[in-house]
Amino acid sequence: MIKVTIYEDWCKGCGLCVRACPKGVLALSTSHLNKKGYYPAEVVNQDACIACTACARTCPDVAIEIEK
Amino acid sequence: MVAEVIEELGIREKTAGIAPVGCAVFAYNYFDIDMYEAAHGRAPAVATGYKRVQPDHYIFTYQGDGDLASIGTAEIVQAAHRGEKITTIFINNAIYGMTGGQMAPTTLVGQKTTTSPLGRDKEHCGEPIRMAEMLATISGSAFIARCALNTTPNLIKTKQAIKKAFETQIARKGFSMVEILSPCPTNWGKSPAEAMDWIGEAMIPYYPLGVFKEV
Ligand SMILES: Cc1ncc(C[n+]2csc(CCOP(=O)(O)OP(=O)(O)O)c2C)c(N)n1
Ligand code: SF4
Ligand code: SF4
Repeated sequence: MIKVTIYEDWCKGCGLCVRACPKGVLALSTSHLNKKGYYPAEVVNQDACIACTACARTCPDVAIEIEK
Repeated sequence: MVAEVIEELGIREKTAGIAPVGCAVFAYNYFDIDMYEAAHGRAPAVATGYKRVQPDHYIFTYQGDGDLASIGTAEIVQAAHRGEKITTIFINNAIYGMTGGQMAPTTLVGQKTTTSPLGRDKEHCGEPIRMAEMLATISGSAFIARCALNTTPNLIKTKQAIKKAFETQIARKGFSMVEILSPCPTNWGKSPAEAMDWIGEAMIPYYPLGVFKEV
């Protein structure tokens, strides 16, 4: 079972993970701010994840963990 | 990625880093190893001292382009020339970042910065300096590469190059450096995604990626 975890308080809302994901699993929140005051990335389509780790490698703030 | 490589090579207890000035100093917060300050541009000189006193330890410098390619040019060239067994991570973002986006030796011709509001003028400032190519010509250098952070494949290659650079130091082959084309969205006035695209469109055509030296 693949699991994508975003440590949202490390996230700066840069959106690079959203862009890197080939499967549209991630999106930036449009409603909720994290502690730092950014709109963090969220998992919106967990089932589509193929655990390629592109998002986790791309995140400049190592805020994403992929478990499989 | 540097931290991952240190972890993967199992050298954490014997590794220290030097981040002199600029946004590099944030590195102190990211590494759970000894980190040193150095005067602007002088990290390779401090690293030389560290390595000569502790030859069985590993030392890396983490330097911006204003730092390495301008005020610190003499130190990096001479450290490479002496074949110091140190590793340099060279962050090329075509700008002086921390101080507000001034022109650096690496700024592209035509690029607008706070000190070149009309764009870098080649007649006045010359063309951007290609440090990787230059240091690769020096006999003391053992591994010199240029990588970029703009795409996932390039990120993977960057990490491989960083690993190779540390392995070069472990094998005591000589000086190693990885130049990394990196975004500075804040001072480029771009979004993070636009900044990544600019690396691909503007920087890589002038700063080709690849391994320039491997012994
Ligand atoms: C001797 C000295 N002169 C000037 C400065 C001011 N200063 C601090 S950071 C910096 C620019 C660093 O630019 P760069 O090396 O490109 O790093 P970046 O911030 O872009 O990562 C300068 C000039 C200084 N700290 N020491
Ligand atoms: S692991 Fe791959 S598929 Fe899954 S969220 Fe990250 S980038 Fe998308
Ligand atoms: S790449 Fe990292 S910091 Fe940027 S939006 Fe995604 S999780 Fe947040």
